[in-house]
This record gives sequence, C-alpha cells and structure tokens, in this order.
Amino acid sequence: MAIKLGDIRLRRYKVGPGMIFIWIVGALGLSVAAWRWIAGLGATTNLSDHRGWGIWISFDMMAGIGLAAGAFTIAAVVYIFNLKKFYPLVRPTLLTGFISYILAALTLLADLGFPLRIWHLVIYNNIHSPLFEIGWCVMLYSAVLALEFSPVVFEALHWKVPLKIIHGIQVPLIIAGITLSTLHQSTLGTMLTIMPYRIHPLWYSPLMPVFYYISAIAAGLGMVVFESYNSARTYGYRFELKLLSSLTKIVPWVLGLYLVLKLGELVVSGDYVYLLKGDLASVLFIIEIMGGVVIPMLMFADPKTRNTSNGIIWAAFYAMGGLIMNRINSALTFFDGALYLPAWSEIAVSVGLTCLGIIMFDAAVRFLPMFPEPTAEAGKK
Amino acid sequence: MPINRRDFLKTAGAGLGGLALVDSPLGQLEIQAKQQEANDQASMLYDATKCVGCRACQVACKSRSSLPPVTDPERIWEKPLDLSADTWTLIKLYEGEEGTSFVKANCMHCVDPACASVCPVAALEKTDAGPVVYHAERCIGCRYCMAACPFGIPKAQWYSNAPKIQKCDFCADRLAGGERPACADACPTGAINFGSRQEMLDVAHSRVTDTERYVNTVYGEHEAGGTDVLYIAGVNPLLLGLPELDDRSLPSIDWPYMKAVPWVVGIVGAFLTATYFYTHRNEGKEAQDGH
Repeated sequence: MAIKLGDIRLRRYKVGPGMIFIWIVGALGLSVAAWRWIAGLGATTNLSDHRGWGIWISFDMMAGIGLAAGAFTIAAVVYIFNLKKFYPLVRPTLLTGFISYILAALTLLADLGFPLRIWHLVIYNNIHSPLFEIGWCVMLYSAVLALEFSPVVFEALHWKVPLKIIHGIQVPLIIAGITLSTLHQSTLGTMLTIMPYRIHPLWYSPLMPVFYYISAIAAGLGMVVFESYNSARTYGYRFELKLLSSLTKIVPWVLGLYLVLKLGELVVSGDYVYLLKGDLASVLFIIEIMGGVVIPMLMFADPKTRNTSNGIIWAAFYAMGGLIMNRINSALTFFDGALYLPAWSEIAVSVGLTCLGIIMFDAAVRFLPMFPEPTAEAGKK
Repeated sequence: MPINRRDFLKTAGAGLGGLALVDSPLGQLEIQAKQQEANDQASMLYDATKCVGCRACQVACKSRSSLPPVTDPERIWEKPLDLSADTWTLIKLYEGEEGTSFVKANCMHCVDPACASVCPVAALEKTDAGPVVYHAERCIGCRYCMAACPFGIPKAQWYSNAPKIQKCDFCADRLAGGERPACADACPTGAINFGSRQEMLDVAHSRVTDTERYVNTVYGEHEAGGTDVLYIAGVNPLLLGLPELDDRSLPSIDWPYMKAVPWVVGIVGAFLTATYFYTHRNEGKEAQDGH
C-alpha cells in the first residue's frame, strides 16, 4: 500500500545536539501550556487584575507578528514590484511567516481565558474593536499564507491541478495578503491608541498604527536575513548574501522614515520633555532608538557592512531587537499597571512555542523542497 | 475641564502625520449627541460628604449578586482591600492634608465606554438604559477590556479556569424591573442618589455651589466623555483614587482608524493592482517573443 508522496522525502541533514535540545525545550514548553490549560491562568502565571497582559501579548503576539512582516514584504517585492531575482527568498520567508502566525494563534490559545471560544470571533462581532479586526485579519492571512505556500507541497507531490489553480489565483492572493498585513500590522498599534493614560508618553502616540506598520517592515526584513543565515548555516545552503544585501538597501529608508516620524511626533507633541528626565523610561527609549533604529539604519546603509555576512547579520539583529524592545516597552514595561515579572511558566511557554516554530521550520526543510536545488527549472530562472 | 496643551499638540501631531484621521468636527458633534442622549440614562450620584462609611452598600451588592466574601485568614472579617472579581463596589477612606473623605469605588458606566468598544465579541455592552453589562457566554477572556478601562474596573476571576470578567452591572436587572440599584437602596444616609443623568447633574450642581462643604466640581460630568456615575466630595475627587482624565471619550480616539479600514483595503488594493500591472506591462510581450 505505497502512497506516492512524490518529492516529499526525508532530506538527510544531520540532527545536531542543538536541535535535540530544541525538541526537549519545545516539549517542556508545551507541557507547561497544557498545565496552564488545566490549572488556569491565575494559578500558573503572574498576571493579575492590575497586569492583565504579560509577555505572551507583548512578546509572543505583538513582537512575533511584527517579525513575521517579512512574508508580505517579500511577496510584494517579488510579485507586485516584479523583482524576480529575490525569488529564492520567497519560500523560506513565506514558511517563516506562516509558522509565526501558527505560533501567534497558539499563544492566543494559551493566553485567552476561554481558549475554546476563540471561534466566537466568527459568530459575534464588534467592528469598533481593533482586536476583532486583528483576529479576522490573522485568520484570513493565515489561510492566504497557507495557500501561498501550498505550491511547495503540491510541487513535491507532483499534483498538477491544484498547482495550476493556485497559480491562477496567485496575484489576487498576494494582493489580499499584503492588504491584510497592512491592516493588522498597523492595527496592533491601533489597539494601544485607546490607552493614552496607560502608556508612557514616549511610546504612546496617535501615530502608533503607523509606527507599528513601518517598524514591522524593517524588522521583518531583518528576520529574512536572520532566517536565511540560519538556514544556510544549519542546512549547508549557500548564504544569499548578494541578494540580501541588495534587498536590505531599502531598510535605511524605512528606518529613516520611522525615525523622522517618531522624533517629529515627540517634538510636535511636546513629549520630548520626558527624554530629559533621565529616568528608566528615557534611558530605555534612547537605547531603543539608538540600538534598534539608528544603528541598524547606519549598518544597512553602509555597503561595506551590508556586504559581509557578519555585518548584515548584526544589522538584522539590531533591527529585530529594536522591534522587540519597542513592543515590550509599549505594551508591558511602560504600560501602567502592577509590577510584573513573568512567571517561569510564562517564559517556558514562550520559549517552548519559539522552539516549536523552529521544529516546524526544520521539518519543512527536511521534507519539502524549500530551497532551490540545482534543477533544470531553477537553471532557467 | 480645558483641553491641556499636550493633548492639543498630540491631536495636532496626528494631523501633521499626514493622516486625515483626527477627530472631525462631525465626530465631536456625535459625541455631544451621545452626551445629550445620556442625560436620560440611569445615573448614580455619590455624595462623599454624606457617606458615613457603613458599607451597607457593599453588603447589599454582595448579597444581590451572590458574590463570595473576601475574608481575612481567620475568616472573620469581610475586608476586601480593592475591587476584584468578587467585590464590585467598595468604600475606601481618604485621609490627608485636605481633609477626610470616604469614597465608593465601582464601575463608572461611561457614556461611551472603552471596555465595550474594544471587546472583539461584544461581550460588554452599553445598554440604552445606561448600565454597561457583560454577556459572559460571549466572552473569550482576552482581557482587552481590563487594559482599555481608564478606571481599571473590569476584573477577572483569576482563581477560575473559566475566568469570567466581573464588574458592577448597575443592577441592570433591578433597573429593568423599576427598582433602584441594590447599593443605592441600602444607603441609609442618602450618599448614593439614583435618577436620570440629567437629574443627578442638576442635584450635583446645586450642591457643589456650597463651597463650604464641597469642592466645586462634578467628577464624571465630562471625564472620558462623561460617565453615568457621578461624584461630588469635600476634597478634590482626584485625591479619592479617581484618575485625572480629559474630556475625550476613549473610543473616539481609535474609531477614526477603525472607520478607515474599508478605505485602507480599497487604497492598498488599488495601489498594489496598479503597481502589478505597471511592473508587468512587458510580461506578455516577452512571452510572445519567447514563443
């Protein structure tokens, strides 16, 4: 009873001790998540009435979705702006995006008080709620990502008809994906605009939707660099330095726009006075802007840095770190509420889900034609 | 309350950002209309100068809603220190340089409540009668309401694995039956007044003119776009744990963005389609040349 699985076959990459460690941590994290579902949020987390959202929201959801912005950016670059040379980056980036959204959904299942009611978003509605919009966008975009990625699977299975269908609707699909991303990436910022009294003025701004959108594009591209580098190192593929260097030429412009808007808003609103206070908020704000915006901007702008593996990787790290820091600062650290340090269980679930993401990526690389192998078809392109 | 400079500039900043999303005059009119409508809503006026701190309201609240006591380790005293899922109203005491005053903490039943506006499944609802009520069967437990409420009112049942959001519901069932809220009914000194919002505002304003006894301000008249629970006191209400808020209703801040969603879809979609056709304008030719 052999089922023909076409090109879905195990590619024999070495399983290093690192991967085994990730499996173990992933399993532990999921066990802790299971415990949280049995025992309840109160018993297993440090969340309280005065700190309703912890690291699952600020780090896993807000930063996680932000870092997944590479998927729609690359899709736009390759399919809409027709820069075909970046095609080799498409598949792994789409996969990273898809996995990120699966993780975001899993995080939500850990965080929601009634995880089994997550589908209520479908039957009840409130168009005034940013979270309602995010929920729908994420649902639809996950479906779009699955479809965008499905040719990889169909190709491997040699299924011609579905491949043709997907190819036929590819452009509308890509446009839908970019539109949905534009909506929910910015709406993550809109979510916080209703809290002017809760969020520190250095982070609070009516422009938060714009800030969240722009910073996600920059950090999402950073994530593309990081993910390419890691795949190259782990699976022995060629590191597409030239392509990435060419792609990330745009990052200084994106970060520059972010910087100008962000600082401009501080000056116009008069909130720059909080910078002069010398307290923790001002120090962390300056670290965030210098380390997460200015430094990666300069590094990506400098061809010498951008054209070396080390340079581009570090620039990517700074850009990603900037986004993570921004999301945690605005939605947790400087979000007024009770003093909070994540419980070990919250960290375990966060880390465990991240490991699960790596495991899913690893499985895809092992079973699916993720990277262009030297075939006749690839040669034509 | 005048709009302070910072908030004015914040709004101006949004305009400068190139987004035509700042509150339009029309939006302001909408809010005014809402406040007008609100004047018929059920309202409570808490007069701190008449409160003797007997906590009869607390007890009445607990018994009406069958809320468990929050006790000390010996289980003798019912002594909640703060609002929680099991304590929907609470008498607190302020003692300081400006004097002494009791204060009753509970849901403010905003005219335009942030909690109801952010709830993705409309589990929290502002009823026409005034009360902000909770439909537990809809709730997914995202706790966005807790984050959005400027008064920090919604609380979760953290001890439960089915953690409902809990808060004062203004005894909506009693009101529907023509009764007064349990706390107002129980108050022996007339510190908790109940009536339409307009009536309560009239009573409040006539009382606070007596500046010997009152600080001349009615908290809740304009705060966060107005609330159905109003406060007058002998000390500055801001000392009583009530937050300093400006007149904006909070949902009016993010509604322009949410309202823009169809526009964003249209503009981004059209831009992408146009760009696609522009960048692929030579595709067909190349293919023909190739064949």
